[in-house]
Amino acid sequence: MQRDTLESAPDAAADWPDQIYDLLKQHGIRQVALVPDAGHARLIRRCLADNDMQVVTLTTEEEGIAMLFGAWLGGEKGVLLMQSSGVGNCINMLSVPIAHRTPCPMIVTMRGEFGEFNPFQVPMGNATGAVLEAMGTLVKRADTPADIAPTVDATLRLAFNTFRPTATLIGQRVIGAKTFGK
Amino acid sequence: MSLDAIELGKSGRLERRSVVRALLAERGDMLAIGGLGAPAWDITAAGDSPLNLPLWGGMGGAAMMGLGLALAQPSRRVLVITGDGEMLMGIGSLATIATKQPRNLSVVVLDNEHYGETGMQETATRHGVDLAGMARAAGITDARRVDKPDEVLALRDAIRGGAGPLFAQVKIDDASLPLVLPPREASILQARMREAILGPAAHLQ
Repeated sequence: MQRDTLESAPDAAADWPDQIYDLLKQHGIRQVALVPDAGHARLIRRCLADNDMQVVTLTTEEEGIAMLFGAWLGGEKGVLLMQSSGVGNCINMLSVPIAHRTPCPMIVTMRGEFGEFNPFQVPMGNATGAVLEAMGTLVKRADTPADIAPTVDATLRLAFNTFRPTATLIGQRVIGAKTFGK
Repeated sequence: MSLDAIELGKSGRLERRSVVRALLAERGDMLAIGGLGAPAWDITAAGDSPLNLPLWGGMGGAAMMGLGLALAQPSRRVLVITGDGEMLMGIGSLATIATKQPRNLSVVVLDNEHYGETGMQETATRHGVDLAGMARAAGITDARRVDKPDEVLALRDAIRGGAGPLFAQVKIDDASLPLVLPPREASILQARMREAILGPAAHLQ
């Protein structure tokens, strides 16, 4: 088995990661906080190559919720990239943007749904939307490549226009299902 | 500032509010984030200000908020003042901060070796955990332990003039002091700091 088959990653020809990057630029995003996910690998590379973006690799996703709050205090816009398991690490820290009424956009690549191979990805993947909504986050899903850019655009607009945590969940069916030969 | 301004508690360790007063006196436009619990009351006791962001929650997040703010405002000094319990909960952020090496960020931990707001239960530092050593090992070169009044004054100078990132573990007396509470409506706390930094345009961003 190839290592890369353990992770869901989009087809190399898929251009929706570039569309997300373009949206981050259009919205003036300057701070990109992330814990890597294979589904975000191409977007992360684009951000790393951009000298006008501060890319911060976190030790745990909740750091990103706090960092985006600090960025907004200083007048900069940020975004948090992570996979669905990482959402579980953010729960209490979401009280920060909620209580302060500050923007907190998240772009989440889903695991634990279509074609998942790893049992540990399923519990949080199955709960991601419900957990975020339970914590007052506006959650939108994108399950086709064509849906991703408009959904991410809405997530960024809702965050920065209405001052709250928002999330786009990018379905695993878009990112790539795994069969592992089974 | 004279050494007399730095007081000692009954234990002989530094008195927390005199430390915080010294760090924030004549602060100019330095921004301060006060971690959940006593450090938030301490920065308020030193003089509530739009340049202060006292935290009522988000335990473990103070240092990372400082990083986001320091990256957004590279020409301003950003001082995070937090407690040992709060820092321990977000201890990984020392690694994250070290990777970015923000020159304008200082993180000061007021270490009383206890969870002060919940009944003075012991934290890991009570058992010898060396926060300054952890920060230094993460890659924050100027990571110091502060025990004496003259070291507080040296820290004060380093925060103002030195090249960050800077980390300090300040060993303090564990007395619980009278509450001095900041506003509790957090939307006001963030909006007033944003306006202090960005002017009225903050509210039109």
